[in-house]
Amino acid sequence: MIHKRLSIVGIAGLIAISSLLGAGPAQAREPGEQAEPPRVELVLDVSGSMRAADIDGETRIAVAKRAFNEVVDALPETTYLGIRVLGATYPGDNKKTGCKDTQQIVEVGPVDRNAAKDAIAGLKPTGFTPVGLALREAAKDLGDSGSVRRIVLITDGEDTCTPPDPCAVARELAAQGTKLVVDTLGLAPDEKTRKQLVCISTATGGTFTAAQSQEELTDRVKQLVDRAAVPPPVAPAAVTGAEDCQSAPLLAPGVYTDREKIGEHRYYRVPVQSGQELRASVSVALDRQVSRDYGVLMKAATADGRELVRGSDAGSGRADVLSAGLRWSGDEEPSPQASDGADDDDQPAVTTDVCLIVSNSFASNTAASAPGMPLELSIDVVDASHAPDAPGLGRGWLLLLVLGLAGLVAGVLAGWLTRWWVATWREN
Amino acid sequence: MRTRHVLIAAALGAVFLGATGQSAAAVPSPAPGVSSAGTSFLTAVAVTPGQQVHVDAVTGDYLYWSFGAEAGQRPDLTATVALPPAGDRTGGQAWTIEVFDGLRRRQACVAGEQSPLADASATQIALRCQLRQVRSWAEPWDGDPLPGTYYVRLSSTELPEKDLGLPLKVDLLLAAPKGDTGADQGVLAAPLVPNNRPGSVLTGGAAPSAAPVDDEDGGTFDWVPDFSSRWVWTVGGGVLAAVTGLIGFSWTRRRKVRTA
Repeated sequence: MIHKRLSIVGIAGLIAISSLLGAGPAQAREPGEQAEPPRVELVLDVSGSMRAADIDGETRIAVAKRAFNEVVDALPETTYLGIRVLGATYPGDNKKTGCKDTQQIVEVGPVDRNAAKDAIAGLKPTGFTPVGLALREAAKDLGDSGSVRRIVLITDGEDTCTPPDPCAVARELAAQGTKLVVDTLGLAPDEKTRKQLVCISTATGGTFTAAQSQEELTDRVKQLVDRAAVPPPVAPAAVTGAEDCQSAPLLAPGVYTDREKIGEHRYYRVPVQSGQELRASVSVALDRQVSRDYGVLMKAATADGRELVRGSDAGSGRADVLSAGLRWSGDEEPSPQASDGADDDDQPAVTTDVCLIVSNSFASNTAASAPGMPLELSIDVVDASHAPDAPGLGRGWLLLLVLGLAGLVAGVLAGWLTRWWVATWREN
Repeated sequence: MRTRHVLIAAALGAVFLGATGQSAAAVPSPAPGVSSAGTSFLTAVAVTPGQQVHVDAVTGDYLYWSFGAEAGQRPDLTATVALPPAGDRTGGQAWTIEVFDGLRRRQACVAGEQSPLADASATQIALRCQLRQVRSWAEPWDGDPLPGTYYVRLSSTELPEKDLGLPLKVDLLLAAPKGDTGADQGVLAAPLVPNNRPGSVLTGGAAPSAAPVDDEDGGTFDWVPDFSSRWVWTVGGGVLAAVTGLIGFSWTRRRKVRTA
């Protein structure tokens, strides 16, 4: 009796403990390394059109100035902010001169609030709208320090200095160096302005906002600056995929960025040991106007081109990225294409180079798809999971029937045995 | 008789203990609300079940959140979008809530209006997506939901170009009711949590060793299955077997009594 009770209490305890342990949090996010402070530059259009008094009965520039002051007041201490203006100084008609009219009035760095406000207060709507040039200069202002760079462009009218087309400039800037995001805000934008700003923000993975009141403008700029203050947990490393598997770069677990043209195939290699599982995911960003239907495919293959597994996704309509992912473990089949193996017979740790092939089926009218579409690759190699054994516990009426019958038979047998044993004992 | 009483009582006690342990651990304390959303998989803002998410955004934004799920849970997302004033809009909008697993693979929604349409006069739009039950293990070639990180993306898939950039408000609520884990066998060696560290291109043939697996949960009680209906069935079956055993035993005794 006591034994029975003890073991039952033990089982109860085990169940309770195991269920408590099983419910522990499974997610552990690594905090990003805060080496570089986030950098933001506000680019404000101070061209002649900003004099229009159509936002709550006030001029656009007055509204923008007040919004800027509020943003400067609410700025997080850790964020480096700069301010650049365009069309602020040249009042003439010479397009050539007017289209070079852009200055940085607050340098990117820890913000001196009063100096920034003074600089904003002195602005007068004046000249042309060289958006492309201003973006290029703003990217230079932010430098290439490795942290995420963010430009907030606030304008009320389309670029009056094309070429260069500001959208092409934005795509070109996004393709070089560390990640650059351009968020655009249109002050009471007309159709052309809106299209241009949407194009700029799409090209860099930013957002477009149409601000119709000071409150909307202030709230949105604050939100964008706050967003910049929370950098992503990782700065992806740049890598260039190859055209075939042999020359493909060998990747360690981590996050990478690359660019892939429409219809291009990019190859990467990942070394995977036997007993390990490869996990890979890819996201291709739609940074331009693309045709309605599209897809992305990632294949894992051996060095000689035999497909192992694929991940794919397709979509249609608006989207920012299209992603696919795959898992593969070489547990079941030892590969003959081992590139490197330990000689130890006891632990044959065979390393297979798995080729990852990323391809897409986008179509776009955007001319000269020169910089490819941004591609984000996330690679991980973990221990392989083993296929489960048969369950240790049972379930169902059949189980009860079998156990009940077995008990019955055992009871009858035990009874007969006891009877026979008692009988023989009595006889002796 | 006494043996039977004790057995049943103890079995019930075991079940009860297991169940209370489960529920005590599964109820999270409601965390403070979230007022932001990420703009990509990498910047997705983490949310927990029951946490209030309220975000100001504009039409055309892509909003990302992430959450962790364990085996046996059935994550359920409910979102409400308060659309911009109908006067500012020129046409209907199509919205969608999409869920991706830690490998950014699309996960199917098995219940809820995932991609509703709003006509030009609608003031708000409600979206919902319930996932399949998260399994504890699946073949690498399989797309079943697995323990790890999940991403939610809320976006409008179709809207008039003129309506871009208008302000709206989004509410999101995540629920993660726990289902029965009894149907599942096997354990994933490492949850599907993305390895967020900067990549590095290898030059030699040196293969990196696998990321160390969390040994936190498990320990020496690794072999004990989590509480599930299988425990009830198996324990019940044991009790039944004991009872039928006694019945069988008593049959032989009774016959002996009669013959004696």
